[in-house]
Amino acid sequence: MALKIGVLAKQVIDPEMPMAAFRVDSDANKVVTPPNIPPVVNGFDENAVEAALLLKDAQEATITVISSGTEFALDVMKKPLSMGADELILLQDDAFGNTIDSFFTARVLAEAVRKLEGFDLIICGRQASDWDNAQVPLGLAELLGLSCIALCRKVDVSDGKVTAECTTPDGYEVVEADLPALVTVSNELGQPRYPTLRGIMAATRKKPTIWTMSDLGMDSAELEPRVTLRSLFVPETGQDCEYIEGENAADAGRQLALKLREDKLI
Amino acid sequence: MAEATGVLVLGELAGGELASVSQELLAAGRKLADDLGEELTIALLGASVEGASQQAISYGADRVYAVTHPLLEEYQVDLNLAALESLCQETNPNVLLIARTESGRELAPRLAFRLGVGLAQDCLEVSVDPAAKRLLANRPVYGGNAIAVISCDLTPQIAAVRPKVYEPLEPDPSRQGQVVSFPVELESSQARTRIVERVEETSTGIKLEDARVVVSGGRGLGGPEPFAHLEELAKVMGGAVGASRAAVDSGWVPVAYQVGLTGKTITPEIYIMVAISGASQHMAGCSGAKVIVAINKDSEANIFREARYGVVGDWEQIIPAFTAAVRELVQS
Ligand SMILES: Cc1cc2nc3c(=O)[nH]c(=O)nc-3n(C[C@H](O)[C@H](O)[C@H](O)COP(=O)(O)OP(=O)(O)OC[C@H]3O[C@@H](n4cnc5c(N)ncnc54)[C@H](O)[C@@H]3O)c2cc1C
Ligand SMILES: Nc1ncnc2c1ncn2[C@@H]1O[C@H](COP(=O)(O)O)[C@@H](O)[C@H]1O
Repeated sequence: MALKIGVLAKQVIDPEMPMAAFRVDSDANKVVTPPNIPPVVNGFDENAVEAALLLKDAQEATITVISSGTEFALDVMKKPLSMGADELILLQDDAFGNTIDSFFTARVLAEAVRKLEGFDLIICGRQASDWDNAQVPLGLAELLGLSCIALCRKVDVSDGKVTAECTTPDGYEVVEADLPALVTVSNELGQPRYPTLRGIMAATRKKPTIWTMSDLGMDSAELEPRVTLRSLFVPETGQDCEYIEGENAADAGRQLALKLREDKLI
Repeated sequence: MAEATGVLVLGELAGGELASVSQELLAAGRKLADDLGEELTIALLGASVEGASQQAISYGADRVYAVTHPLLEEYQVDLNLAALESLCQETNPNVLLIARTESGRELAPRLAFRLGVGLAQDCLEVSVDPAAKRLLANRPVYGGNAIAVISCDLTPQIAAVRPKVYEPLEPDPSRQGQVVSFPVELESSQARTRIVERVEETSTGIKLEDARVVVSGGRGLGGPEPFAHLEELAKVMGGAVGASRAAVDSGWVPVAYQVGLTGKTITPEIYIMVAISGASQHMAGCSGAKVIVAINKDSEANIFREARYGVVGDWEQIIPAFTAAVRELVQS
């Protein structure tokens, strides 16, 4: 039977945008969406799509991408389809905006996963580059009662088992669990593939399925937040850098050593 | 149910001793407990935890829960989770602090969800809101570009605290505290994952996290070979070598070298950054460095806004001369 894979992908503000374009509206406690800089699929979620595609390269599998949010840039969110995923489910509702509260997001996603039924494996990114929570997948595993393996750099499935290589501070470990399971992946998995022209054409023809809160059979009373954002600000950083110069670059290197000696650092 | 009370720290053991992250967390927890007028307790999980109990008291704990079961001998997340869940249900803490370590980063969110409460992730500072007597947590978001102040609406209020942001208290071996034994019921079938193999990839030298001097290289080095120069410099200075994610992603050095938001947090006395632009996600892992030295050929690079000393130029010329000069100074 074909392996049924779900990939969770979030649309985020491009984390590689110029730092100068990053702005916080402190009165509204919000990050200002930069005009003229298109959003992206969270980088680690592209790794998650790649992990799913690698499985699909080796065995029969279907890949369903699920995303929750208030508004989507369709051309951006279709990227996983053009890479080779089969189906895109967008959970779109004005009520789904509180993504600093992982409990909230995980509840919505869990409901969609239940409604779609029968996933063998859910693959998520390690964290979303906006709030850097690294919580939603772990929470989802708890809500759905799935085995959970975090921070994988390689994911294999065979004989009803997932075997993964996970990054540790000093190397990696090989971990296995029975399906159904949830794994999170990280950039160590490798560069996600580029969409092919054929993939892009196929994706243009595909229509995402859009579900609102009521399609999920939820109401706002179920979505009580668990954390409150009290304030949001840009930290004071920066200091006066003392530039070390010399007659030439090599001499500047020597001057730097002398300076550090003067400061008793070496 | 009685009102939640007390600050509970999840302790970690390293070779039977209280891990340094737990000493740090006890310092953070002591202040919270005093500000709340509540007790500071620590949970130590293992097959037996005797050695570390008195240590925990000397570092500030009023009470130790020795949470024991033979299955807790080797760390396994599901079993630790089950043990902690019963401890929390039984003791009903007001605040729970967990270090965001290799294990804590997975344990904290899963425990929060299991208990149905919120979590402040990756905190740089935890304090008590004097008016509401609730926990306030400062945490970096958007790759360190902003700081969010968060509070948790339910109890326990859980915070995962970044390692190395708190200094342990001076240990006081004469401090008195209570050790409460808390045996738990566990079944081996509760463990849903199995570790098949563990592989170490780092060199045996000084650990990046503990080094007094760290020399890191970035994309601007252009390949793996230049890292040999950095290794040499690190050796002369008695330090370790790190890297940016760009250098790691290029496959020039092992993943374990990565410093930053999704890499290691380091707090060296000197951090020498070679051909690294200074993206916020990199700085998130080294903002605790005492002195940052930047070597970069682009005078506009962000790193010159963060560094104490900077040399604008090509590393190929600067590093060999710098290394030679340091060697001379160290030997004289
Ligand atoms: C969610 C997320 C998490 C991330 N986590 C991390 C993380 O943990 N750690 C991390 O490092 N990054 C992380 N990043 C990536 C980060 O945003 C940057 O892309 C990365 O740090 C850039 O690495 P770099 O400075 O080596 O490369 P670049 O930004 O390309 O900089 C290279 C620098 O080298 C200089 N240079 C080039 N040639 C020379 C020369 N001959 N001599 C001197 N200087 C030269 C250039 O002027 C330039 O400043 C993360 C990103 C995201 C989105
Ligand atoms: N709104 C969302 N829609 C889809 N997936 C999400 C969403 N939020 C988080 N995720 C998934 O959970 C991972 C970790 O996110 P977070 O816990 O928010 O840092 C992401 O990499 C995604 O795989």
